[in-house]
Order: sequence, then structure tokens, then C-alpha cells
Amino acid sequence: MSSQSTAPSTGSRAGASVRRAGTKVVHVLLLPALLIGLYAYSSANSDSYYTPTPDLIAAAFVELWFSERFFADVLPSLARLAAGFAVSAVLGVGLGVLLGLSTRVRALFEPVLEFLRAIPPPVLVPLMILLAGIDDSMKVLVIVSGCVWPVLLNTVEGVRAVDPVLADTARCYGITGTTRLRVLVLRSASPQIMAGLRLALALAIILMVISEMFASSSGLGFAIVQFQRTFAIPEMWAGMVLLGLVGFVLSTLFELAEGRVLGWYRGLRAANRGE
Amino acid sequence: MSANSAGAGAYTGSPGATTNHQGERPTMLKVTGLQKIYNGGASAVEAVRDLTFDLGEGELVCLVGPSGCGKTTLLKCIAGLMPPTSGTVELAGQSVTAPPPGMAVVFQEYGRSLFAWMSVRANVELPLKEKRIPRGRRDELVDESLEAVGLTRFADAYPWQLSGGMQQRVAIARAIAYEPQVLLMDEPFAAVDAQTRADLEDLIRQIWQRMGVTVLFVTHDIDEAVYLGERVLVLSSSPTVVQDDITVDLPTERDQLTTRQDERFTELRARVYAQIQQAKNGTGADQDAASVAP
Ligand SMILES: Nc1ncnc2c1ncn2[C@@H]1O[C@H](COP(=O)(O)OP(=O)(O)OP(=O)(O)O)[C@@H](O)[C@H]1O
Ligand SMILES: [Mg+2]
Repeated sequence: MSSQSTAPSTGSRAGASVRRAGTKVVHVLLLPALLIGLYAYSSANSDSYYTPTPDLIAAAFVELWFSERFFADVLPSLARLAAGFAVSAVLGVGLGVLLGLSTRVRALFEPVLEFLRAIPPPVLVPLMILLAGIDDSMKVLVIVSGCVWPVLLNTVEGVRAVDPVLADTARCYGITGTTRLRVLVLRSASPQIMAGLRLALALAIILMVISEMFASSSGLGFAIVQFQRTFAIPEMWAGMVLLGLVGFVLSTLFELAEGRVLGWYRGLRAANRGE
Repeated sequence: MSANSAGAGAYTGSPGATTNHQGERPTMLKVTGLQKIYNGGASAVEAVRDLTFDLGEGELVCLVGPSGCGKTTLLKCIAGLMPPTSGTVELAGQSVTAPPPGMAVVFQEYGRSLFAWMSVRANVELPLKEKRIPRGRRDELVDESLEAVGLTRFADAYPWQLSGGMQQRVAIARAIAYEPQVLLMDEPFAAVDAQTRADLEDLIRQIWQRMGVTVLFVTHDIDEAVYLGERVLVLSSSPTVVQDDITVDLPTERDQLTTRQDERFTELRARVYAQIQQAKNGTGADQDAASVAP
């Protein structure tokens, strides 16, 4: 009897959760599907050579990226991106902590940093080619020269904003040196640091592509320019679609990492809002 | 300088000047001519004018005074978090210039003194890790102190999931678990209800008796000051000096019901009340009567 009476309710609960997940998928996919449909319609009705229909782009996508070009162009790009982002993160957080903790160091460095920050990274490419050649290190340097700033400046802000009462508490209980850095300074600044890293990630993708458009022989940026110059239009579109997907996947991964690192912060903010 | 006394006993040279009211204990904490002027803002603020008093080893002293008279300022100077403008603080004969080891502080802004990214347990445990207390003993201390403040069930919660009073108790648990020699508390029971407050008062006295810790306890509650303390220091309003130093000659064993009904309790309470009233009206800054010169 009891099993009979509970069975339908669990069944309907499972059904409800499936329905909820379904609704969510529809919500996420609705707009992209609409846009693709719109593009399909307008490209089918136009005889422009430069706007191939989605099925042509999809065919080019499969043919291009499920081949050895994946290893020739996509992987090198991703490796440069990862290296540039990682160096920016380490450099930005390291320098940011240094500057944030010491008023004197900050006063010394601030004018120079403000000047360097004002230089748009792409104009550094010619200089980097002279200094570092045209290999990977040039491209990584270009990425770093742009990405390090949001990390650095956000870290400085975060470190400076450590609560003085909490800092006093740590001092009283003998929490100093690297422990202080680890449990107090970095954790307390982590919301700002993560915001800086998020900006840096978006910048890193842009700078990766730009750096590969100059004096390069591999990479996504190189491939897209090459396709454009040889009028391989569906392939050019396939390259753009792949870049979009890379950006989407990376930002999703970043969001997952952020959720883990900043779980406490979200809870704290929700609690302050009274949720 | 007598060579026979060392450490905490370094000031027992001439009994009249260097022992506290109890007469037999060596001095643990000695504050001499302490003045603090804040120069941060547009104009200088003299938070504390001239404070001189001392605490014997293992003494429990309550500090009362009008709001804004410089109690928190005094505590921060004692804790070595802030240099005084003039005057000195000595702990067991050593001049305090940085936070001394073996001192725990419960801050008035208890909510801001907890690590929001750590659970309650981790908050209490962190200072013990820094003290390099082995794992087993650490767990014991954390469990005991959380139990003592009634937060065992919330060990795994985060501070922001707790009420103000519960957060305050986490800060108290952390200080207790640290097993300090000197415990400074800045209005630690401000955010808890009357019943919890009574329990915590008894807890502090219990711990004080068991561990022989020296306690300086800031409160604005006169009853609490008399119930808890062996001595009550009354600060004047600014310019702040020690206005009165009252010995609480109640029995050591205290009880929330009987002690508070004691005739002596009522007398002492009236005396502290009168002094605070004077302090507020600024008529009591009579420095001759106020100083604790022997
Ligand atoms: N950082 C600061 N800069 C300037 N003035 C300050 C600072 N901190 C405290 N003061 C001033 O010093 C005086 C004493 O402040 P303090 O916080 O020590 O008072 P308190 O006795 O603890 O008060 P309460 O009972 O309200 O906590 C006040 O007049 C206050 O305005
Ligand atoms: Mg205060």
C-alpha cells in the first residue's frame, strides 16, 4: 500500500525535475537557435559569396578542425593562451600583493605602472618581434603585456581593502609571514583577484588572436587571416566559430573555478542581502 | 634592582609601589602615564589623557566608562597593536611594542574579527595551528571551547550563517581555546541575550579560576562589572583618566541569583553607578582622587 502511494509521487517529482532541466535547456538554446535561423534565412536569400549558409560553415568546421590542423593551429594557440594567462596571473597577483601591502613601494611604482598600462598592447607587437623574435615567446609576451594589468590593479585594491579588525586579530594571534599571506591577505582579496582574472581571460583570447595575425606561421589568428586572404570563406567562418566556442568553454570553466574559490563570498553577500 | 626576582616578579622590589590591591600577587600588566592622541584626521583627537594602573597576575579586572572615553583605544595600546603617544605598557616586566605572545583579544567589532572564508571550527583552530599545538590536543581544545559557548552544532557553519550573538561567541571560543596568559575583552557580551549573557559571565569566571588567566574586561554594564570583577576601574569621560578603582570584596564563588541579591553587591553597584554618573557629567575628573598612586 505505502509503496504504491509513494511511487507516483517520486515519479512525478522526477518528472518535474526533468521538465525543469528541459525548460533550462530551452532557455539557454532559444536565442542561439533563433540567431542561427535568422542567419540561415538571410544567407540563403543573399547571393553574397562572403556569407555562406550555415551548412557550408558546419561542413568546413568539421573538415578543418577534426584534422591535423587541430594540432597545427588550435593546440599552439591554446598553449600560448594558457602560458600568457598563467604568467599574467602569477605576475599580477605577486606584484599586486607587494604593492598592496606597502605604501612606499606603491608610491614608487605607481606613476610608471600607470604609464605602461596606458600603452595598448597590440602596438607592442612590432617591438616584441624585434626583442623576442617571431616565435611563441613573442606571442606570450604580447598576451602578458595586456593581461597583467587587470590582475595587478585588482589585486592591489583587494589587498588594500583587508579589514583592519581582521588584520589586528591575525597579529594578536601570531599569524604572520606566509601564513598571513595565505589565510588572510590572499583569501580576503580573492573576490577582487578573481574579477581581475576574469577580465584577463577575455583579454588573453583577443591578444592571442592579434599576436598570431602578425609574422606568424601557426595558430587560430594566423589561420583565419590566411583563409581570408585565399578567399576560403567558409573556412574563415569556421575559424571564427571555433574562437567563439573556445571563449565560451573557457569562461564556463572559469565560472566553475570561481564558484569553488568564492563560495564563501557568494554566501556572505546573499546573507547580507537577507536571502 | 633586586636580582632575586625574575620575569613577572621583576617588580616586587618595594611592595608598596609595585604590588596590586590584593597585595600578594606580582604585577602582570602595568600601564603608566598612558596618553594617546590620534593624528589621522583633520584635527588631533586626544582619546586618552593619562592612565596609570596595574593588574596583578591572575587578576580579573573590569573596566567601565562612558562611550567614547577611550576603552578600545586603551585595549589596543595594551595589546601592542598601536603605539601610545606617551607613557608605557609593560607585560610581565617587558615593555609592549608589538602584540605579545600569550595574549588573546576579543574585539568589540566581533563580526569583523572572524575569517568569513573559514568555518567556525577553522576560525577557532587557526591560532592553535600557529602555536604548533599537535592535532589531537587542538581538536580537544576546539571541541571544549565550542561546547563551552554552546556552539558545538555550528562547528561547520560559516560565520555569516550565524547571528550576531553567535558570532560573538565564536570570537570568545577562539580566545578561550588559545589558553592565553592575558585575556583582553572589549564588550564581548554586547550582542547576546540576557540568559546567554549570564551563562557566559559564569563561563569567564570559571575559566579565570581554572586557568589563572589575567583578564581585563571592558563593559558598559555596571552589574556585569561588579558581578564579574575583583576590581572595577572607572574611566572618566575625556580627557580620560582613571576616575576610580574599586575593589570588589565579594566572595570568589559567585552565583547569578544570590550574589546579585547580596547587600554588598548593591552597595558596590551604587558606588560604580555614582562614579560613572560623575564621569559622564565631567565633574569627576578630580585627578587627585582618581589616580591609583599607592
Ligand atoms: N582611528 C581613530 N582616529 C581618530 N580618532 C579616533 C580613532 N579611534 C577612536 N578615536 C576617538 O577616540 C576616542 C575614544 O574612542 P574609543 O573607541 O577608544 O572609545 P570607547 O571607550 O571604546 O567607546 P565605546 O564604549 O563606544 O566603544 C573617541 O573620541 C573617538 O572618536
Ligand atoms: Mg570601544
